[in-house]
Amino acid sequence: MHVHFLDPYKPRPSLIHAFDPRVKLVLALAFILAVALTPIGAWPVYVLLFAVIVSVVMLSELGVGYVLKRSALALPFVLAAVPILFTAQGVPLLAVPVGPWTLTITVEGLQRFITILLKSWLSIQMAIVLAASTPFPQLLVAMRAVRMPRLIVAVVGLMWRYLFVMVDEVLRLLRARTARSGDPGLPGARVGGSLAWRARVTGGMAGNLLVRSFDRGERIYAAMAARGYDGEVRTFALPPIPTGQRLILGIGLAVLLLLVMLGYLV
Amino acid sequence: MHYSPTPLHIPDGFLSIYVAIVFWIVTLMLVVYALKRVNQDLGERQVPLMGVLAAAIFAGQMLNFAVAGGTSGHMLGATLATILLGPWAAILVMTCVVGVQALIFQDGGLLALGANIFNMAIIGVSVSYFAYRTVQKLAGGKPWGLYVGGFAAAWLAVFVAALATALELAISGTSPANIALPTMGAVHALIGIAEGLITIGALAFLAAVRPDLVKRNKAEVPAGRVVWLVGLVIALGLAVLSPLASSHPDGLEWVAEQQGFIGLAQSPLYEIIPDYAFPGISSEAVATIVAGLLGTTLVFVVALGLAYSRRKRSSPVES
Amino acid sequence: MDYAIKIDHLGFAYGDGHVALRDVSLAVQSGAKVALVGPNGAGKSTLMLHMNGILLPGSGSVTVCGLRVDEKALGKVRARVGLVFQDPDDQLFSPTVFDDVAFGPIYQGLGEKEVRVRVDRALASVQMCDYISRVSHHLSVGEKKRIAIATVLSMEPEILVLDEPTAGLDPRARRGLITLLRTLPQTMLISTHDLRMVAELLPRTVVMDHGEVVADRPTAEVLADTALLEAHGLEL
Ligand SMILES: Nc1ncnc2c1ncn2[C@@H]1O[C@H](COP(=O)(O)OP(=O)(O)OP(=O)(O)O)[C@@H](O)[C@H]1O
Ligand SMILES: [Mg+2]
Repeated sequence: MHVHFLDPYKPRPSLIHAFDPRVKLVLALAFILAVALTPIGAWPVYVLLFAVIVSVVMLSELGVGYVLKRSALALPFVLAAVPILFTAQGVPLLAVPVGPWTLTITVEGLQRFITILLKSWLSIQMAIVLAASTPFPQLLVAMRAVRMPRLIVAVVGLMWRYLFVMVDEVLRLLRARTARSGDPGLPGARVGGSLAWRARVTGGMAGNLLVRSFDRGERIYAAMAARGYDGEVRTFALPPIPTGQRLILGIGLAVLLLLVMLGYLV
Repeated sequence: MHYSPTPLHIPDGFLSIYVAIVFWIVTLMLVVYALKRVNQDLGERQVPLMGVLAAAIFAGQMLNFAVAGGTSGHMLGATLATILLGPWAAILVMTCVVGVQALIFQDGGLLALGANIFNMAIIGVSVSYFAYRTVQKLAGGKPWGLYVGGFAAAWLAVFVAALATALELAISGTSPANIALPTMGAVHALIGIAEGLITIGALAFLAAVRPDLVKRNKAEVPAGRVVWLVGLVIALGLAVLSPLASSHPDGLEWVAEQQGFIGLAQSPLYEIIPDYAFPGISSEAVATIVAGLLGTTLVFVVALGLAYSRRKRSSPVES
Repeated sequence: MDYAIKIDHLGFAYGDGHVALRDVSLAVQSGAKVALVGPNGAGKSTLMLHMNGILLPGSGSVTVCGLRVDEKALGKVRARVGLVFQDPDDQLFSPTVFDDVAFGPIYQGLGEKEVRVRVDRALASVQMCDYISRVSHHLSVGEKKRIAIATVLSMEPEILVLDEPTAGLDPRARRGLITLLRTLPQTMLISTHDLRMVAELLPRTVVMDHGEVVADRPTAEVLADTALLEAHGLEL
């Protein structure tokens, strides 16, 4: 059995896919930083940032629908920002009767709320494009390029490799659980057991998974040691970034800087 | 089956830039310190083990079960990682888990990653460690120490991490403290129970099948004291701070306002060249319209370029 | 006599006290191809782990290519003995095929150019050149097995030690693997439950049970000895 749904990478013959992963990572982070730096209510800049991300999504050929669907992931968190609509001090805009109380939406509250929503939406789309257009091994290269500690990169690489193996094991465990969760249809019988019991069963599966990882960790260590591994993480030096890509990086950063500055002007 | 995000992963946009950056810096320093400790204390066998355990914890978070009304119990994993690996390696493992969740699955933002790692790796591990070790000491080596310690650690870690999340949102001016703190606290006090029960189940399995893993007490590494203390301070600090903050939300609001103010004050452009950049465009509405036109043009040009290059690609003979 | 592998009175017990090997003696000449068969738990994998010092002898000694396997000789021994594990998911621990095949040569201290040459050559000899930039976890079991062999061939070992290479393969992948093993010139020690492959490929067979060598004869003789096969749970 193979798990593919976990791998967000979608191969496409696009310009964005062809970018050097290091340039792509830095530009994506810079975009998200620029979005964060843009002040509340600087609508013209948000419009431009939106145009940028739409262009990037189109260039990546991932499909607008795909990116939109995935970007809904952050939606539940919006709940956390809802109260700000009513609690921010400012000019009252709309009164909403809630039972015996009346909540007043203020202009400032609405501005802040929409800004948060926009920021979150713009940022997550860029993160989606980054993950979907860059194969993971290349992301590892980019991580090394931005001076992520070697040990972390090594652990993340191993984690990625065994994620699929582990998820396969989880799916097998879950299937075994489902296969045995019958409903005898007896009156009064409580199907599924008590909450504590269900938690215990789930915990047992988690424990099972952890034990297997210890065994596998040992075996992987043996396989590494058999090929000369001595505890030190060794890799090739990274190839230089091509001039064209450097140029793209420079232009991209300059445009983002300009947009942020605009945000403080308008 | 799908990968479902947990409510503790803050997406980008919900933290103010200052909060995000401060947490990035603090988290980086702590992770670098943990790295140093791991390099000192642990053998070369640990690297593959840490990678596989990180994968297992990630995969284990898919092992949810229905609690009530649509919520589900999740295994966060910080407690189990702490018990199995000791605090320093556990911090690194959780950092990798949270980092990959953000980078690959957009579960939690990239700019917010510093805060998310802080909540789930630093707080999760140090609070777990503090609670687990304390109960173990009290139990004096009796077997109940493992289970009560595991439950207490898991519950407290989830609860405190949730309070920290709410506080971060409040300082960012995203969610008022007097609403966010009690809500997040109450919800996660419940989720924490589920987490605790799962942890007990996992520990029971481990104790039966591989008692060496839980008995060996990785948790007893010499410099564990520091982590214990950090855990104590964070748990206590948040326990005191939270009621205070939610009864005086103005304090946090004030911090948030101050930040906004600093934001303006720190942009010298704002004062030096107030209406210089977009000459002729004074009102914001006009600026927005211009931006809209510019943006539409950009998207249009990109669309055209794409259509053109696609046509070329599909008929290579003509080109 | 020029022995590639020489094991003298080897004994080994695991940490939990379980005795896995008792007084095992075995000599393999350079270029020989030897099968290691026996029921589950006989100690085959344990013996193989001794071949390049993952496990060190409890008593007795292991010598490969004239080097005694101990703490000091680990590096040299590991460069000479390519050990392929039973589960290719353990053997292939890197994100991409290239990284995995390059792992051994990198740790041998070779330069980047030489490593790339080695990787190309190793992948060519298992006919998997097109897979160089593939991601390991998306490969089929048969493909993984081949790549797993390439990960040690890139180290250009003199001895290949393979643990159950045909387990879990479908008939076509199994056939392909047997053909591949026939083309490789190295000294080989192969543990397996696949006696038909043994009959076809390996002239000599060592039978193990309960941590001991119970027979060491030409394959044809072993396979004709139904009493021996039956006594140790083997079946053709
Ligand atoms: N890490 C370990 N700790 C303790 N005992 C072990 C360990 N690994 C193996 N054993 C035991 O040593 C004995 C020999 O195991 P080994 O794996 O060498 O058998 P095998 O011949 O390879 O079997 P199989 O055909 O199932 O692969 C078995 O009884 C096994 O339970
Ligand atoms: Mg075996």
